[in-house]
Amino acid sequence: MSLQSQDILRRSASPTQPPIAREHKEEVAKLIDVTTCIGCKACQVACSEWNDLRDEIGSNVGVYDNPADLTAESWTVMRYSEVEQNGKLEWLIRKDGCMHCADPGCLKACPSPGAIIQYANGIVDFQSEHCIGCGYCISGCPFNVPRINAKDNKAYKCTLCSDRVSVGQEPACVKTCPTGAIRFGSKEAMKEYAAERVGELKTRGFDQAGLYDPAGVGGTHVMYVLHHADQPELYHGLKKDPEISPVVNLWKGILKPLSTIGLAASVLFGFFHYIGVGPNKAEEDEEEKA
Amino acid sequence: MQVNRRQFFKLCAGGMAGSTIATLGFLPEKALADVRSYKLMRASETRNTCPYCSVGCGILMYSLGDGAKNAKSDIFHIEGDPDHPVNRGALCPKGAGLVDFIHSPNRLKYPEVREAGSNEWKRISWDEAFDRIARHVKTDRDANFIEKNADGVTVNRWLSTGFLAASASSNEAGWLTHKFTRSLGMLAVDNQARV
Repeated sequence: MSLQSQDILRRSASPTQPPIAREHKEEVAKLIDVTTCIGCKACQVACSEWNDLRDEIGSNVGVYDNPADLTAESWTVMRYSEVEQNGKLEWLIRKDGCMHCADPGCLKACPSPGAIIQYANGIVDFQSEHCIGCGYCISGCPFNVPRINAKDNKAYKCTLCSDRVSVGQEPACVKTCPTGAIRFGSKEAMKEYAAERVGELKTRGFDQAGLYDPAGVGGTHVMYVLHHADQPELYHGLKKDPEISPVVNLWKGILKPLSTIGLAASVLFGFFHYIGVGPNKAEEDEEEKA
Repeated sequence: MQVNRRQFFKLCAGGMAGSTIATLGFLPEKALADVRSYKLMRASETRNTCPYCSVGCGILMYSLGDGAKNAKSDIFHIEGDPDHPVNRGALCPKGAGLVDFIHSPNRLKYPEVREAGSNEWKRISWDEAFDRIARHVKTDRDANFIEKNADGVTVNRWLSTGFLAASASSNEAGWLTHKFTRSLGMLAVDNQARV
């Protein structure tokens, strides 16, 4: 039932070029304005409703975070952090989930051809039927987002509602957000809106307000407006300069092509040796002895 | 075909080398990918109002089946109505999870009564329920209706019974609620008319 979408920028573990003729597509982005979020979790509910996910009902662990962590059936969770800034308590609430990096670490680390793809609009999507459950995407992810499902041993994460976006709708979490803290549109439009919000926050005394669109992963298609953009760590350990692990880069960027060349060279050497020197002839009497 | 030992080894080695190269990335695969098919494509869309609080958000309910006589409709997805002036598509966590509320096994679907002294709920018919309610209303009103206050002024009030109405009612339902309660002299009416 696969369609010829022709708009796949990248495909995991595939040396062949995917068809990218339809790459003249607007890059989309989700903007999460942490400063207007009230932590109601409507996005969590709308996500599981739209995606037909029903995670196991957990237990209260003493904080508002519920479920306590992302799971294969909870693709977004609210992270609540109580921090002290400028001598007063601040309650920072961040919607956690896949950031849809322009340079996705999960896709780079994935060894299964076509299990992770990146569309021209920027969405990074898992094609779960190709997933082999190795978990390399988790080590490759700078934001620790994908999770393996114990029931089928496959990795899952937010799809940015690629099924809704493909028919021109916004993701389910964006649509439901009662305070309008989650917005969706072209990446350009979202940057403009974010700049407006940052300007407003600065007039309200948040001098370090800013947009979180980390360059280390080529920018993301899920961005945050933060009151303390200089200290993203305050928001439940959001990384300041997220980068794909050097191990993944070394292994997939250097070692894998090298090993492929090495293998091809040894095969070629064997072939030319056979042509040039010929097969190794055993002596008649030796064969008899053996 | 005659294959001697040496040729057999050659065949095996050749096959192994070929398959190794293929699995190491020299075998092109179809570069196809697809998003999940859009699940509302041919679903029936019905507008309604969220049953929870008095904000009264507009919802869109999507159901299986196209109304054909042999198909039984069933709601499988609910989201906010973008054309509704109250919420313009947004829903709170309770509204966003309405589909599970509809299909909840704990949902009340018929009248039940827990008799005094009993700890069990018993299913009763609608007729029986209405009769019982009317009986309670009449008995209580006959006993506690206040016609005149201490100064002898006619007040016609009934303070010992209240009325719980719906927050998401239309004007017409609201008018009926008011007409019914006030004609009995009832003052305590709660429409959950607050956020």
